[in-house]
Amino acid sequence: MKSEKLVFYRPNREYHKKMHWVQEGISAGFPSPADDFKELRISIDQEVVSNEEATFYARVSGESMQGAGLDDGDLLVIDRSLEPIDNKIAVCFIDGEFTVKRLKVTKDEVLLIPENPKYQSIKVTEENELIIWGVVTYVVKKL
Amino acid sequence: MFVLVDCNNFYASCERVFQPKWESKPVVILSNNDGCVIARSNEAKALNIPMGAPAFKYKQQFKQQGVKVFSSNYPLYGDMSNRVMTILEKYTPNLEIYSIDEAFLQFKGFDLFNLEQEGQRMRKQVRKWTGIPVSVGIAPTKALAKIANKIAKKFVNRTQGVYAIDTEKKRIKALQWTKIGDVWGVGRKHKIRLEAIGVCNALQFTQLPDAWVRKHMSVLGLRLKKDLSGVSSIQLEEIIPMKKGIATTRSFEGTITQFSDLEERISTFATSCAEKMRKQRSSCNALLVFVRSDPHKKGGFPYQNSCVLPLPYATNSSILLSKHAVTGLQKIFKKGVHYKKAGVMIMGLIPTEKRQLSIFQNNNNKHLTLMQSVDRIHKRFGPHRIKLANQDLNRTWKMKQEHLSQRFTTELNEIITIK
Repeated sequence: MKSEKLVFYRPNREYHKKMHWVQEGISAGFPSPADDFKELRISIDQEVVSNEEATFYARVSGESMQGAGLDDGDLLVIDRSLEPIDNKIAVCFIDGEFTVKRLKVTKDEVLLIPENPKYQSIKVTEENELIIWGVVTYVVKKL
Repeated sequence: MFVLVDCNNFYASCERVFQPKWESKPVVILSNNDGCVIARSNEAKALNIPMGAPAFKYKQQFKQQGVKVFSSNYPLYGDMSNRVMTILEKYTPNLEIYSIDEAFLQFKGFDLFNLEQEGQRMRKQVRKWTGIPVSVGIAPTKALAKIANKIAKKFVNRTQGVYAIDTEKKRIKALQWTKIGDVWGVGRKHKIRLEAIGVCNALQFTQLPDAWVRKHMSVLGLRLKKDLSGVSSIQLEEIIPMKKGIATTRSFEGTITQFSDLEERISTFATSCAEKMRKQRSSCNALLVFVRSDPHKKGGFPYQNSCVLPLPYATNSSILLSKHAVTGLQKIFKKGVHYKKAGVMIMGLIPTEKRQLSIFQNNNNKHLTLMQSVDRIHKRFGPHRIKLANQDLNRTWKMKQEHLSQRFTTELNEIITIK
């Protein structure tokens, strides 16, 4: 045994990431035939993200939309590419604050409707500065 | 035809998407360690806050005039840029990402098509999907598209953010309007030389004899003249150094699947960016690495991702940039993907002299000595030793970022909260 032929590598502490590609770098033996059948793991993105470039996330704070299933701390998936039509739940920016409400759009007015009797609807008037930021498409909830 | 899409006040616009209350208010973004101003909104420009303004000197003015100050949030800007570019890519397979916030799109055989209308569509889509406002310039050559873009931006009320130089009359008018110093690729030296012989606008430049241009401004100058005359001479992926940002991106002839092959490419791109920066004596504050599979190929696993690496201090060292770029690639590389395109972009470009300024006027003495040591080691032992500094920097060096917004799109625990 010639011990001087052994080379010791010290772990590189600089990288904390997992380095997946390493396993294929080892070429001893013959390649696993299973490699050809590798599929990428299921990702929840496939279900909830239909338009990657326009999708953003937000966290719910408060109970104003409890009736629609949006609880405090829930994660919202927002798609900005969708049209904010009547009855959609949308993230709005009104008078300096973000809020999530159900849209009520009629010929004459726009209302932001909460789904909790303890909260009041907001009637959008000309004095309000309203940006409909995006339409909520999914709620991710921790049970 | 070439279409140049440029994001308006990109960094400020990114911040405003997630904090809309700063819409139509003056906003500035500071370099690493909150040193100097690297980006301004139109309102801040109107207040005469110059680029590179040292933050500590302007603190009072910012406060008095209600200027909102942000530390640079490169992960956010990088992700938003990636979104914009991916949307634009859907319009044409010939897309050149020119910098973090601008891209050239080439349209071949679309002559029957109303490109101005298409430009409006792009502008609306990018704005709606990402919240980022863009301007669109359309012209038969790149240099003219650049000018068209400037017109679209400057006269947004009349142009609706889209302008096409598609007739000879419009071309002459646009060139007359463009000051020689504002022409793409005309630096300060050439500007002085040209003005000395009475060339003050771009039209006069195109009327110079070829021989003069070639003699004083080399072949590149001649190509610029032709481009401005309406004869396309500067092709996609051909890069003239510029002030705002630098990108090196390439589409591969085939596809790349191996990490090591991609690593080599990325490292080369980073080195090339660093060389360009050194040429124009600037340093960057962050870099972005991106990879994408062929979007136009059927079958195969579609994948695109990007990653931003804020640098501990502004630099233009090839080694440091290449090292960071490869670290970024490691984060986003996915096995089994056929990569078609990759690139490295640098962000937060500042003149190297300004960088010095911000280092030595930084009130944190720890940073100061650390930086000086880095420079000394660099000088004495050659650039390879910079690695030592790099390792330390990752662990102990914390940036001064007092006005940092959240990483709204890349960190789950930093997303917006909604009542």
